[in-house]
Amino acid sequence: MKKVAIVASGIIKFNKSEKPLESLMLSSIRPIFENTKNLKQEDVDVVLTSTNANRNYLANIISELSGIKPKISHSVESLCNSGTNSLVSAYAYVSSGLADVALVTGADKAENPGLVLHWDMSRGEYQHPIFWSSMFTSAHMRKYGTTLEDLAYVSVKNHKNALDNPYAYFEKSFSLDDVMNSKNLAENLRLLDCSMPCDGAASVVICSEEKAKKFTDNPVWISGIGQKTISASFTKNNDLASMESTKSAVGDAYHMSNKTADDIDVVELHDAFSICEIIELEDMGLCQKGQGSKFVRDLYDTNNNKVNPRGGLIGAGHPLGATGIAQVIEIYQQLSGNAGKRQVCNAKTGLVHNMSAGSTSSTVLVLES
Amino acid sequence: MTKFEDELRNNNFVCSYCTKCQHFVWPTSDCCNKCLGDVIWKQVSRKAKLVEVSSKDEKYFCIAEFEGNIRVFGTLLENLPPQHDQSLILEKCGYDKSPKFVFKTV
Repeated sequence: MKKVAIVASGIIKFNKSEKPLESLMLSSIRPIFENTKNLKQEDVDVVLTSTNANRNYLANIISELSGIKPKISHSVESLCNSGTNSLVSAYAYVSSGLADVALVTGADKAENPGLVLHWDMSRGEYQHPIFWSSMFTSAHMRKYGTTLEDLAYVSVKNHKNALDNPYAYFEKSFSLDDVMNSKNLAENLRLLDCSMPCDGAASVVICSEEKAKKFTDNPVWISGIGQKTISASFTKNNDLASMESTKSAVGDAYHMSNKTADDIDVVELHDAFSICEIIELEDMGLCQKGQGSKFVRDLYDTNNNKVNPRGGLIGAGHPLGATGIAQVIEIYQQLSGNAGKRQVCNAKTGLVHNMSAGSTSSTVLVLES
Repeated sequence: MTKFEDELRNNNFVCSYCTKCQHFVWPTSDCCNKCLGDVIWKQVSRKAKLVEVSSKDEKYFCIAEFEGNIRVFGTLLENLPPQHDQSLILEKCGYDKSPKFVFKTV
């Protein structure tokens, strides 16, 4: 397999707007061509789009609007981890030699479908994601003594990190009391423990090693990939204090990259709800099982932004099809030393974790400078 | 309208079942998810086990497990916090755009 590098990125501010989906995607693609040396539309031979908008022929539409005539173009949909699924597909095209340069663009509107999987009969009348989140929380509280205050620290930390992210949906910090006193959505879930559906778009260009030198002096390599789907039904995840698909995916990604959790300098993980960050930190080996809450508090107390430096989904917002690509862009910027105020010192190896539908499916990427 | 939905409306929980593999296929399907063979409809026991519980607006909702592998979200008719692994009984079920399950503790 050929080595594959990320060489360019573009992103727009996450918000709520009247702009159509295609305009959002184009807005994140334009800066790539404006800012990347030697990159022309004719260099791109793959265009993949990631969205939950149920839009026909979207990759071809975006190709035409961008002036690209690719060999391969199609959409990838996998609810909340559509973005990283697209990137993995693009990686496969490039690493196999079928293509050299791939543009991956993801976008969603706040009102696009995808938050609720109506097919999942096991959810009964409790279809909204707050209910699966509440079940993860109940299980983790029961097994490990996690508290509401522990959860609130995730939200406070990630909103604080988002203040240094000019593309984040939220532009204000929240205190522990703000989070604890925000609206109760369930006995163990407050409004500020939740990520916010919003509009957003993010794009990256990946390419083969031979092409990378043409476009950048600082390529970031995709060295590990793990993906696992255990089901579509939420209730197939047996241990609700853990995420089976995440454990499997991260194991594969570590194995492929020959890295361990100890090697990871910076992480973007899928904090759809506060409890998700705690469980994912544990399941990806970044701390011991049951120590996720303490790990988050230590990060907050020491002003350490190595986990979700852009604010995660809670601070930056969650435009489903764009989220995974935005996570990748953050780690790309961190590893190429271009993360500005968010820069994690000496970050050489980073990890992206993107999951969907109550962690029935997870994608994990290991990136290296 | 499937038989699953029709039966739920009649307060009866049936699920697809593979006689060859001898297991319930959940969610209901046209074929077995192990051998891909034909399935039949089979009555599900009304006895269940509490897997996890939470509450919203002072009403409990839970995940309950039937027959060792059928897990569903449902409403739990209780005034006090129930115990993990507690035995439940399916009080009633129905279907209105989505399945509805209501449990009581035993």
